[in-house]
Amino acid sequence: MGTRLQGTGASGGLFMGPVRRLGSPTAERQSTGVPEQERATLKNAIAAAIEDLSTLMAGVEGDAQDILAFQVAMLEDDALSAPALMAVDGGTAAHTAWADALDGEIAGYEASEDDYFRARAADMRDIRDRVLRHLSGEAGGAASAGTVLAGEDIAPTAFLETDWSQGGAIALIRGSTTSHVAMLARARGIPMVVGLGDDRILKARHLIVDGGSGAAVADPDGEAVRRYAEESAREAESRAAQEHFRLKPAMRLDGRRIELLINVASPEELDHIDVHSCDGIGLMRSEFLFRDGAPLPGEEDQYRAYRRLLDWAEGRPVTVRTLDIGGDKPIRGLTPEGEANPFLGLRGVRLTLAHEAVFRTQIRALLRAARHGALKVMIPMVTVPEEITRCRALFASCLAGLEQDGVACRMPPLGIMVEVPAVAVAPDLFSTAEFFSIGSNDLTQYVTAASRDDARVATLNDASHPAVLRLIQGVARHGQETGTPVSLCGDMASDPRHVPALLAAGLTSLSIAPSRIAAIKAAIAEV
Amino acid sequence: MSGTASGSVVITHDVGLHARPSVKLTKLAKGFAATIEIAGAADGPWIDAKSIVKVMAMKARQNATLYVRATGEGAQEAVEAIIGLVTRDFDEMGDGH
Repeated sequence: MGTRLQGTGASGGLFMGPVRRLGSPTAERQSTGVPEQERATLKNAIAAAIEDLSTLMAGVEGDAQDILAFQVAMLEDDALSAPALMAVDGGTAAHTAWADALDGEIAGYEASEDDYFRARAADMRDIRDRVLRHLSGEAGGAASAGTVLAGEDIAPTAFLETDWSQGGAIALIRGSTTSHVAMLARARGIPMVVGLGDDRILKARHLIVDGGSGAAVADPDGEAVRRYAEESAREAESRAAQEHFRLKPAMRLDGRRIELLINVASPEELDHIDVHSCDGIGLMRSEFLFRDGAPLPGEEDQYRAYRRLLDWAEGRPVTVRTLDIGGDKPIRGLTPEGEANPFLGLRGVRLTLAHEAVFRTQIRALLRAARHGALKVMIPMVTVPEEITRCRALFASCLAGLEQDGVACRMPPLGIMVEVPAVAVAPDLFSTAEFFSIGSNDLTQYVTAASRDDARVATLNDASHPAVLRLIQGVARHGQETGTPVSLCGDMASDPRHVPALLAAGLTSLSIAPSRIAAIKAAIAEV
Repeated sequence: MSGTASGSVVITHDVGLHARPSVKLTKLAKGFAATIEIAGAADGPWIDAKSIVKVMAMKARQNATLYVRATGEGAQEAVEAIIGLVTRDFDEMGDGH
């Protein structure tokens, strides 16, 4: 049947396709030994890299486009290739000369004291590897559509650069189910398996990826392919049955309406979602604007991104969560390094309150965007009521500053994530929050003291543990008694198996991965 | 109009002469026939304002003074245009609010 490898499912679904390897180019290249020939080869590879990037640029916008424009400008500058070409003329092989020249540039950026400049090293590595791939003939051009991306790990940019229109899948030796790419994959419905721990996925020509069971099959034989075909036919059939629910309001068996919102990690995701299929955005993860290695987004970039969400939502509520980094989401220069236990450390609101300038920039952008729709702002990792008080004071101060400058703005409702057990146990202490959204992923890991990312204890990390459900029930009841809206935006809301328990706990609003809209509406209709 | 010109401007953009501003600055410089050079100090070292590799290598940060000089056709206009771009924070602020 081929080689079956077991990992952890990070995004459901089944896909079979040819393998495209991620990461640094590894293929060997022989020098022609002729300097003139090497010079021409290097120049052609640079031109081909510029062409790749220009093609990519046409399909993206905003920060992603700026990053690519910068890389193109670098490649077009003769000053970049001059040292390499000089080495080539002296008899050095094109690939060695290019790698040496770029490594020198990269070292220069890495040595910078300024975080912004240091972060450009990642761009220079990208540039180096793209040209090297052309030199070694590894660049497959259009081969990215309908392939399985396989590697040690995957960068968010690699996901965004990939053409998923023909489907595809991701298989990783390491990786994490809570990474940003895992969220993106779930949002787009791209099957993804992590923690396969075996480099045979890199050597395979074809892979079957089964995100549901967390398995991958390397170079499947006829029998495995036949079973794959049967299984995907079954999946397609059940998807077709659920599809019927997509554009209908989410409704229980007895006709009670459930508010169904979506979780969004990146504004680009919305291009693929019909706004009429949901009741709004229940969680916009603003940290996606803050990519590790990229410059911190300015007020203007953020304002534009938030407005885009509000424009898309056409008056429906849009809940933006303020920067939630730390834990497993590091941003160099902002998040602390070498924390003994990052999930219990400086993350979420603790970190933004410690970096007031960064927080103020985001708050100003939110206050300006709030005029353009039903914006709500949500604070992550709140542990004590004072954190809400401090946030509210910052919002008030930024609002006054904007008004003084004559900038149009509005104060949006301010709510909190319920993910720290201290809040879930005693929600009544947090009466200044205008709404609650239960973050069941973190709540579960804090209540069970077990990480999802550690395979040895992953079974303990169970969102349906009665203790977790009891806390959810308590928060829902508190919300009903006080008239405070309560929603749940963790992964358990996107899993049809948990839907009956969540509705039984008294929740009337769920926020889910966009790819699960039809499936969850179908599940709600049965309860 | 041929000749030489020079000037200086303080970088107010909050991340300095970073990737996006550098792309804009070099693009603008390339639009002029004149030789345009910039420096982080009045006595140099002077670098080619049309090379993004060299402009980025300056690592000029916020509040640094940028010195600009040009020789050749349109030198004066070139220096004014570069200083104008830096003064306007590389056109990154404001969208009609």
